[in-house]
Amino acid sequence: MENRITDIGPPHYAQFFPPVIKKNYGKWKSHEIVQPGVIKYTSETGDVVYAVRVGCARLITTDLVREVCEIADKYCDGYVRWTTRNNIEFHVTDEEKLRALLDDLKGRKFPNGSYKFPVGGTGASVTNIVHTQGWVHCHTPAIDASGVVKAVMDELFDYFGSHKLPAQVRIALACCLNMCGAVHCSDIAILGIHRKPPLVEDDRLEHVCEIPLVVAACPLGAIKPATVEIEGKKKKTVRVNVDRCMFCGNCYTMCPAMPLADGEGDGIAILVGGKISNRISPPKFSKLVIPYIPNEPPRWPTTVKWVKKILETYAQHARKYERLGEWAERIGWERFFELCEIPFTEKSIDDYRLAYDTYRTSLHFKFTSHVEPM
Amino acid sequence: MADIKKHDTPMVDELKSGPWPSFVDDIYSYAEKHQKQACFDLMGQLELSYKHKETHWKHGGIVGVFGYGGGVIGRYSDQQDKFPAIWAFHTIRVNQPASKWYHSSALRKLCDMWDHRGSGMLNTHGSTGDLVLLGTVTEQLEPIFYDLTHQMNMDLGGSGSNLRTPSCCVGKARCEWSCIDTQALTYDLTMTYQDELHRPAFPYKFKFKISGCPNDCVAAIARADLSIIGTWIDDIRIDQEAVRAYVGGELKPNAGAHSDRDWGPFDIQKEVIDLCPTQCMYWDEKEKKLYINNKECNRCMHCINVMPEALRPGTDTGATILMGAKAPILEGAQLSTVIVPFMRLEPPYDNLKELIEKTWDFWMENGKNRERLGELIQRVGLNRFIVDVLGLKPIPQHVREPRSNPYVFWKEEEVEGGWQRDVAEFRKRHPA
Ligand code: HEM
Ligand code: HEM
Ligand code: HEM
Ligand code: HEM
Ligand code: SF4
Ligand code: SF4
Ligand code: SF4
Ligand code: SF4
Repeated sequence: MENRITDIGPPHYAQFFPPVIKKNYGKWKSHEIVQPGVIKYTSETGDVVYAVRVGCARLITTDLVREVCEIADKYCDGYVRWTTRNNIEFHVTDEEKLRALLDDLKGRKFPNGSYKFPVGGTGASVTNIVHTQGWVHCHTPAIDASGVVKAVMDELFDYFGSHKLPAQVRIALACCLNMCGAVHCSDIAILGIHRKPPLVEDDRLEHVCEIPLVVAACPLGAIKPATVEIEGKKKKTVRVNVDRCMFCGNCYTMCPAMPLADGEGDGIAILVGGKISNRISPPKFSKLVIPYIPNEPPRWPTTVKWVKKILETYAQHARKYERLGEWAERIGWERFFELCEIPFTEKSIDDYRLAYDTYRTSLHFKFTSHVEPM
Repeated sequence: MADIKKHDTPMVDELKSGPWPSFVDDIYSYAEKHQKQACFDLMGQLELSYKHKETHWKHGGIVGVFGYGGGVIGRYSDQQDKFPAIWAFHTIRVNQPASKWYHSSALRKLCDMWDHRGSGMLNTHGSTGDLVLLGTVTEQLEPIFYDLTHQMNMDLGGSGSNLRTPSCCVGKARCEWSCIDTQALTYDLTMTYQDELHRPAFPYKFKFKISGCPNDCVAAIARADLSIIGTWIDDIRIDQEAVRAYVGGELKPNAGAHSDRDWGPFDIQKEVIDLCPTQCMYWDEKEKKLYINNKECNRCMHCINVMPEALRPGTDTGATILMGAKAPILEGAQLSTVIVPFMRLEPPYDNLKELIEKTWDFWMENGKNRERLGELIQRVGLNRFIVDVLGLKPIPQHVREPRSNPYVFWKEEEVEGGWQRDVAEFRKRHPA
């Protein structure tokens, strides 16, 4: 404890700025994406910088970071940055270095052939999937994260390194309803869900949980205190009204004696049409279109298939600049289901709070294959 | 070094193939090179999860460094006999430099430390923004903290019921649209609120996220209890020469974002004027001139995104302050709500800090255990929060539309004569 120092905060950002960034801070005038993954910025001073964006798994090793350092040393005087979507960006100031860097990146592969540093993620592309911890590191997930992302990105790889879509498509994954990965406003969201109510470990609960907190944790009021007798001893515990439970896992968060993970029951829901940016239309929430897909490690083929199907249907039908959710709203969600060939089920009709906001209260709908005259 | 026990991981191994960077190949290469049992065991446990389709991490485990309430998340395997090297596998959140720039000299030191004291695996970065070191044991926490602060000038980020590590977009460092200095503000708030970051005193987590313009590249509006989004209050700057260059096809629309598909020649009427959500733009084909009725513009950024060489945000800049975003649990997902439509943000940011501290005071006093700010605002009502708590004037910018129900809570002092009435007097006028 001697000489301990605390609360020094993060390193000051400016010490990690490349000289060209420091010099032109606040003076940038314009930019151009010269090829997918390469953005050229021009300053009022006339200076130019090329940012080369490369994909990266979020879960990496120090050896990979060292390789990033080696590249940064060789071409960028040691400077490098990460983006909010876990991409890596290298910055160079002249075209010759840019070509050399791009060549170099192309040649770097992992032993089994995957690219270490694929270039892309700009413009009308699918950029890196933001995701959470999954089975690699969290205690509440219904699904894995890194594995699902790898499987989906392998299939969509071509859309990462090209500008073929009507607008950018942001994909996000969260492995449980806590949504650490922030999927509620993504164009396509992959969300891990539980489908069985929590187990209650009567013999352990009172020792590891605070019952009033557990009761209060349930957003549906489904949990009540109870007392049971085990081997002649009275034990304080809880009971779950399973008809009211919507499997959010919040009780487990408060109480380790109420696990709900289940290999057979858990799986994936797909939500679509969310966005963050204010561009043209306001930020929107993603909407649930596929309530459940089974968990299929190691490559989650059904999830991959649906993500690709939605993406490509959108790419085929949407107008230039139109985000996925804007497209779905323009054509109507009933048409969205028809075009994407997604079965519409009762589960897509909201029955949680404020559900009324989503009911149709006008005659402004389209006749699609769903309508059978009565 | 203990002997290396390898587990067969046929399912996990399937993720070595395919073009996207393989975390499995990365981890196995590292494990073999450094003889790192923790990596082998992590992949072994992941294989077991692939088989059972269930996580094998135990719930909880409170650990930390002395004097800090956040920054370390305890983690224990529920298969400790099979995977002893990851029986404890705690996460360390390291406060990232604003907008995540690094120099290799700093990263190398961090790597050396982490090879030595941890698993060698990390997340770049966690969703909150921190650089996340993934997997170490309790005895290493203090030495890691010592090395971080003494060797690397780095500190822990936040976890638990405290301020989470503030994060921001790349801002003025590289983006021509940034209306505020996102890094300077992030750094200032992070330093000012070290205590709130490290010593939980809140009902639940609290996040700041800062984007330089309405494109909101860090998703502040969806992810932060307090979202700060740069904007401007004057007119969009126009370079008519450059507008003509877009119309003439010399410049690529949207900076070249659509280069791999033939969308036909650029059509300013169709792609800009008609898509402007407020219909406040006009292209005079004869004059070859673009007009913007800036008073009607709602600053959506579309036209600027399409013609970055020609259009730029104005020069009288500041930020919109919004509050209350959260993920679905418990009360459903919320986006942040506009609280202050325009605030000028210059150091030392006293106006912003006053607002933050007023908000915290109220939340700390009135928030229930694990109630996010957005939920509290819902509970007390946005009007009460704006007027009574923050002392601000209610204005139409606070709502998308006025209420459609007439169930207004009038206060007694607002009604002429008050609420105390005499029923006998009433009955004199209205015999029963
Ligand atoms: C178009 C949709 C979305 C986009 C483009 C988007 C973008 C992002 C980005 C760029 C991140 C960055 C993560 C990071 O900083 O590492 C992120 C994470 C996050 N997003 Fe989203 N996101 C979207 C939807 C959502 C939704 C729907 C939620 C709802 C919860 C959400 C909340 C979060 C959260 C909570 C994180 C990490 C959490 C945090 O740091 O607070 N985002 N998202
Ligand atoms: C019921 C409540 C929640 C619990 C128990 C919970 C639990 C956790 C845990 C245990 C972690 C650490 C995972 C790890 O590093 O191994 C974590 C990370 C995180 N949580 Fe939550 N969480 C909850 C709700 C939320 C919500 C509502 C959000 C967002 C709005 C959120 C955002 C995050 C973020 C951004 C991280 C960092 C994730 C990452 O690095 O990938 N959490 N959470
Ligand atoms: C042509 C216009 C745009 C430019 C030049 C631009 C620039 C940037 C830059 C420099 C970044 C990296 C920021 C960081 O990591 O902190 C970024 C990331 C991001 N931007 Fe934009 N942005 C543009 C338009 C948009 C729009 C319209 C949206 C949303 C609709 C958007 C959403 C995002 C998101 C979600 C990220 C995180 C992406 C990543 O890290 O890969 N951007 N953008
Ligand atoms: C400023 C407040 C309101 C005024 C002045 C008002 C006035 C009226 C009037 C005059 C009618 C008569 C219609 C007729 O005879 O044809 C009516 C009908 C109706 N109002 Fe309102 N109203 C108000 C608010 C509301 C609200 C808040 C609701 C529901 C939340 C509501 C629900 C209805 C319904 C359902 C009818 C139709 C009743 C029927 O045709 O059976 N009104 N309203
Ligand atoms: S989303 Fe859920 S399972 Fe995934 S990291 Fe967050 S709390 Fe854990
Ligand atoms: S899982 Fe959620 S809804 Fe079900 S009992 Fe637990 S807290 Fe309540
Ligand atoms: S939010 Fe705006 S200022 Fe910040 S990086 Fe994105 S486009 Fe640039
Ligand atoms: S920023 Fe948006 S609202 Fe304003 S003029 Fe441009 S397109 Fe129209």
